[in-house]
Order: sequence, then structure tokens, then C-alpha cells
Amino acid sequence: MTKARLATMWLDGCSGCHMSLLDVDEAIITIAQRADLVYGPLVDAQEFPDDVDVTIVEGAVSSQDDLEKIQHVRERTRILVALGDCAVTSNVPSMRNPFTVKSILDRVYVEGADVQKGAPTDGVPTLLRHAIPLQDVVKIDVYVPGCPPSAQAILFVLNELLDGRIPDLKSKVRFG
Amino acid sequence: MSQQISVRIDGQLCTATEGQTIFQVAQANGRYIPSLCHMEGLSSAGSCRLCLVEVQGIGRLLPACTTPVRSGMSVTTNSEDIAHNRLMALELLFSERNHICAVCVSNGHCELQDLAQTLGLNHVRFPYNYPRLPVDVSHPRFVLDHNRCILCTRCVRVCDEIEGAHVWDVAGRGINSRLVSDLDRPWGESQSCTSCGKCVQVCPTGALVEKGRAVEEMTKRNAVVTQLAAKRETHL
Repeated sequence: MTKARLATMWLDGCSGCHMSLLDVDEAIITIAQRADLVYGPLVDAQEFPDDVDVTIVEGAVSSQDDLEKIQHVRERTRILVALGDCAVTSNVPSMRNPFTVKSILDRVYVEGADVQKGAPTDGVPTLLRHAIPLQDVVKIDVYVPGCPPSAQAILFVLNELLDGRIPDLKSKVRFG
Repeated sequence: MSQQISVRIDGQLCTATEGQTIFQVAQANGRYIPSLCHMEGLSSAGSCRLCLVEVQGIGRLLPACTTPVRSGMSVTTNSEDIAHNRLMALELLFSERNHICAVCVSNGHCELQDLAQTLGLNHVRFPYNYPRLPVDVSHPRFVLDHNRCILCTRCVRVCDEIEGAHVWDVAGRGINSRLVSDLDRPWGESQSCTSCGKCVQVCPTGALVEKGRAVEEMTKRNAVVTQLAAKRETHL
């Protein structure tokens, strides 16, 4: 039996969803028996590979880099899972949205700085006007809300997807 | 003596009293109709649009909480069309302001969240609005967070109809509508507020809360208000 190709991605989030994924404890072994983790912050791969069966994405789309990454991932993934409230609703990253990008950068890097006043521009991606949920820019196949979603919910999602079913999460997660 | 009439709700023949709303009759006959603005003991506002139902012969959906029953009326409380419209109304409530449930004091004890669960909402299809809204912390005991307000007007009604103070009103129009106290002065400077806290108890979300509550700590006791209203009826 060929193993499924699984990837994870971390955009504008706190990594709590990845922590919740790791919190499935020894069940991760049964997942590892059924799928290869081909990309993500938990493994070393540098390039997002082609032909991925399932990608689970944590975090909102906040920067030009996030936007390019999620579009790149969408093209190479069969089933895209929005994992957690930041991916589904833009959640805490969206708290900057009522303010302009300039006013936030000025607040942090000018008003809040004692030396070298001014927002960095080299080597950092441009922030988008708003931090937005994934479904605003790409098609999402499975939504897993929660902050973070429970380890049990994530395990259920992975097992259902590996069994070839789209998970019905109605009683296992909570929106918002 | 009010007249008894007959109506059909989801095909079932029900006896109702003239003047009752579709919501009341449906509830008395064990039918579930979702709502966020309705509260037993207060007048009906029809503001949340979640109790929309079909009435035979009328080409649009009507709010069950403000539509009185009429003799011979036939009502459908759930259908594909109704479910579609209710879900859309709920999504628009989430997208209109900054709810950010994960950091809300009412997280886990919120009627808006509960309804999302009941109606199976797992994402919002519309772009979020991200408005810039103030938080009024001028009152010594309570907080008004406009980011969480769904303009259900339960607070407006409970303050006017039960407490008799009428501190709250809705100012502005459309998307700019906003809850105001005492003709748009800070709540803490209100001359009419008795600090009774009924508005806080009936608020379905984290818009009106007690000070000093951390995330997930704010629970509401809105049954108190319904009991007060019922006792007043008996007394009268």
C-alpha cells in the first residue's frame, strides 16, 4: 500500500495548532504508518513538493509571502484543510485589521523603539492590508475551527481523510 | 377574553390565542426556531432575522417573533430555503464586527457561538468587515464592547421595559448603527443608569459584560429577567 503524502504549513498563527497536532501523543505513530509527512515546520524539507494528498494549514494570510505560499500549496494539494481559528476566521491576527498597516508599524517600530527607529524592510515580507482567512484567497476542502482544535478533532480529521472520507466535524469542533 | 384560533405549524394543527406570535405558538407546540434577539418577558424586535419562517401564501420569509398568528395560517418552521437564509444571517452577524471568540470573555458561554454550533456553521463565506469600534470602560462595574455587539436590542428593551430606566438606544443607520447610552454619552457618565446589570445579563454575546472577567469567564443569568417579567405579570 502506498502511503499518503501529508504536509503541514504555518502562516500567521501562534503554532498552537501544530502543538495540538503533536498532542495526539502515541497516535502520531499510527498516522506515521499511514502517511509520510513531506513538508512542514516539523520536518526538514525546504521546498513544498508536488502531488501532496493532504495539507493542513495553520494561521491567517497576513503577508505577501503567506499569500504566495498558500496559492503555491493549493496548486500542489488535493485536499486543503484550514486548521484552527486563524486559518478559518483570521482570529487574533485580524485584531490589527481595523488599523492601517502604516499606523501599526509606526506604533511598534517608531513610537515603541528607542534606537533604529523605523520598520524593517529588508528580508521581511510586505504585510497585506488585512490578515484574512484562507477561504478568502483559496478553495478550502475541510474547515477545522478551534483555538486550537483539540488533538482528538485533528486526529479524527486525519484518520477520516486517510480513510478517503471528508470528515463530518459537527459535534467535534466549535466555531469561533 | 381573547379568541382561540387554529393554525398549522409544520402541518400540525395547533390551537393559539389571537395576538400570540408564530414564535410563541411554535415554541408552545415543541417546534425549535432559532433566535438571538427574542427573550421571554421582553417585547419582540425582529432584529436578528434568525427566526425567519415561511407562511403559506406570502412570497417572502417572515420573522416568527414579530408576526402574529392568524386563523387558518399555515407556517413552515424549517426548509432548505429557511436554513439557507438563517445561515446567511448568522454569517453576516459574524462578519459585520470583530468577534474574535478566542479572546472574548464570553467564549464558550455565548449565544451567537452556540447558534453557530446548532446550525452547523464552520466558516463564514463573506469577507469580514473589520470595523474600528470603541470599547466603553467608563462604567465602574460594566464594559460595553461594540466589537461583539449584534444589535439585538435586548439591552434596550430590558432597560426600558423591566428596569424602567431606558438608558440604551440605537443611534445611526444601517452599518453605522451603534448602541448608545444617555444620548451618546459615556456609560459611566449616564444619569439614568441604575447599575442594575440587567442589560449585561440579557446580552447574548460578550458586548455587555462585567468588569474584571478574563477570557471565557463571563457567564450570564438571563433567566432572572424572564422570571422578573413573569412575576410582574402575576402581580399585575
